Amino acid sequence: MRENRTEAAEGRGSSIEYADMLLLRFGEFTLKGKNRNRFEKTVLRHVKEMVKPYPKAVLSKEFGRIYVTLNGEPAGELAEALRNVFGIASISPVKVSRSEFDDILAASRRFLEIIAPPQGTTFKVNARRVWKDFPHGSIEMNKLISTPLLQGYPGLLVDVKSPELELKLEIREGSTYIFCDQIEGVGGFPLGTNGKAMLLLSGGIDSPVAAWSSMRRGLEVECVHFYSYPYTSELARQKVVDLARVLSRYAGVIKLHLVPFTEVQTSFTGIGQDNLIITLMRRAMLRITTRLAEREGALAVVTGDSLGQVASQTLSSMNVIGRATALPLLRPLVMMDKSEIVELSQRIGTYDLSILPYEDCCTLFVPKSPTTNPNLRIIEKIEATLPGYSARLDEAVTGTETITITPYGDEKPQDLVPAQSGLQEEWF
Amino acid sequence: MLYWDYAAATPPYEEVVQTMEQIMRLHYANPSSLHRAGRDAERLLARSREVCAAALGAAPHEILFTSGATESNNLAVKGAALQYQGRGRHIVTTQIEHPSVYESCQQLQSLGWEVTFVAPDSTGVVDPAGIAAAVRRDTVLVSVMHVNNETGAVQPLKDIGRLVKAANHRTLFHVDGVQGFGKLATELKEWQADLYSLSAHKLRGPRGVGILYVREGVSLFPLLTGGSQEQGGRAGTENVPAIVASAKAVRMGAENREAYNKQITPLRERLLAFLSGVPEFTVNSSRDGAPHIVHFSYPAVNGEVMARKLEELGMTVSTRSACSSRLAEPSRILLAMGRDAAVALGGVRISLGDAHTQADIEALEQALLSAVQALKIVERGRD
Repeated sequence: MRENRTEAAEGRGSSIEYADMLLLRFGEFTLKGKNRNRFEKTVLRHVKEMVKPYPKAVLSKEFGRIYVTLNGEPAGELAEALRNVFGIASISPVKVSRSEFDDILAASRRFLEIIAPPQGTTFKVNARRVWKDFPHGSIEMNKLISTPLLQGYPGLLVDVKSPELELKLEIREGSTYIFCDQIEGVGGFPLGTNGKAMLLLSGGIDSPVAAWSSMRRGLEVECVHFYSYPYTSELARQKVVDLARVLSRYAGVIKLHLVPFTEVQTSFTGIGQDNLIITLMRRAMLRITTRLAEREGALAVVTGDSLGQVASQTLSSMNVIGRATALPLLRPLVMMDKSEIVELSQRIGTYDLSILPYEDCCTLFVPKSPTTNPNLRIIEKIEATLPGYSARLDEAVTGTETITITPYGDEKPQDLVPAQSGLQEEWF
Repeated sequence: MLYWDYAAATPPYEEVVQTMEQIMRLHYANPSSLHRAGRDAERLLARSREVCAAALGAAPHEILFTSGATESNNLAVKGAALQYQGRGRHIVTTQIEHPSVYESCQQLQSLGWEVTFVAPDSTGVVDPAGIAAAVRRDTVLVSVMHVNNETGAVQPLKDIGRLVKAANHRTLFHVDGVQGFGKLATELKEWQADLYSLSAHKLRGPRGVGILYVREGVSLFPLLTGGSQEQGGRAGTENVPAIVASAKAVRMGAENREAYNKQITPLRERLLAFLSGVPEFTVNSSRDGAPHIVHFSYPAVNGEVMARKLEELGMTVSTRSACSSRLAEPSRILLAMGRDAAVALGGVRISLGDAHTQADIEALEQALLSAVQALKIVERGRD
């Protein structure tokens, strides 16, 4: 994620609370000719999803931009939500005035009062006459507006080359848009415009970051989580649901596949090759995920692997593990340092959940010294001779539970142990 | 038979009984257990804490569940004294506290603590300045009840809290709120209370649950050990059905307070006026007392004789605090208010509930008149 926002310059107010509209600009994909229309439509759909909790806000689209008319909805909250929409490059809070000279001047004055720029702020007015019937041209308007503003604010200094405060006016038929601040958006490609992949979501720090990075590149991800009840607890599974919910804030909705992995995992413990368990486990996960990918129409598998981080993420391990699937394996974090990954997970909002101390299936039955250099032929031989191996993989796929998670929902997986009786509010 | 002993115990709400029954059947699991059923029970406790906290204007983690107000008061007084004995070994309380506070203080006295028992005036109210004057540098705790359980006298908690904290800001302030909650406004923040005790069964809740509000930042030396329940403040398997039902009673008590006052205040005023008009009686409650307690003395006979006579006439009343009514001794509280021994022996407490009507009061008045007449004959015969 880029450093997120161009904060309002030091020492002055923000225009955001004065805004009655947000102007959203599209990002880099605007360069891509043919797909442009599809991309813009996707962003609009995503924006619509994020605006849903604010029923009074109204959307409209125009070339390269989306407008969100607030109608009293909170500008700050909405801007915060919308700058996480993939494909949005920046957001400007806009004050809308009638396209009459007196109204434009009054609104501009008020704008400056709200911002209250400190003494010595360099300043310019940048008017653009879109509606050619407006009586004053762009250059004329710059002067007509800036002269009275400068009289009212003697502390402002004119600088037309690189002003600290640039008051932009867009004069259109019917209304004029006045704005100056620009909040940086998350950028990237619109959600799902680069296809769909399955993502291995463990509950640790890395995999949610891998998910977010993938989504930002326009990849739709469906999360796959492996659990080994009763060796792992229901709390560990709930934690993954909570992580997926955080991710759904960026995606609007997230599909989560919960795979029962106990039988597969425990079958590896009896073969007397404890140092290979992790390798076997990871390969089994990839096989099951590949089957789910075929079912869901996904074309790749994303993992949170970071080169050399643990035994299963050495180059040798990646080589042996990766051969268990024919799908491309995408590893967005592969060359990142742990500290960078941690920083990203804090920004995305998954860090605090990720560090909850519930054992997950990857930390179970872990041998004292897992191999960092597995032998592919030995691994393949073990898998070929393990009785009932493929039947167990089938069962895991069949037993997979899929839930669709939304940012404000309370979707829950089925209880592994049925609740005796829930909490009935009328008892209190 | 008409029941006039609401200050001792109240009939539980029907909803409270239902909640108890349903939860006893469904959620018998131990809330400390790791399994699903245990966690379900734990969720009920957490929700109960939220509900009680909301009714008291507190935070959920400031609510501790006990077995009753007696335990709450014991824990507040002794738990604070033991925890903070490094600050000093002096406690200030009043001469009119409930035995669970009064005797906890006496226990500490026998262990070497100093206790100042402040006297009330003749109406049963303590003077905030008198309390504050007793506070010293080594005063760990001040404990004052909200409403006296015998006379219904309301104590000026806001002034007491302010003056106590001004005299020594480290001194903790405990309020025994048992007879006040649901009748008068509970304003923990305004009183600057650090500790506050409640009992569910005085609020039409179930028996066996007390609440102790422990302000954030205050810790108490646990009196019961052997488990980490109640954040380590009180060991013992939680009484889940009764706690949930108590939360319900507390919530309803807070919500119904205004309607309750509207219903009951005219009844109490009528009864007070009636009692003042009977020359044989001495009224011990004042008009500005709590809305549900009326206390009078018939100095000619022991209070228990009057109570038995009234029971014969279909009226269930108490002589005083239920916790000491079996002692044929003069009331400590009436003596502290300066009444003579005859008055202090002849006390009768009538306590009202929101089920009572004007007709019930009428019947009670008739019974009181009959009782006086009957007892007078005995009295005359004795001369």
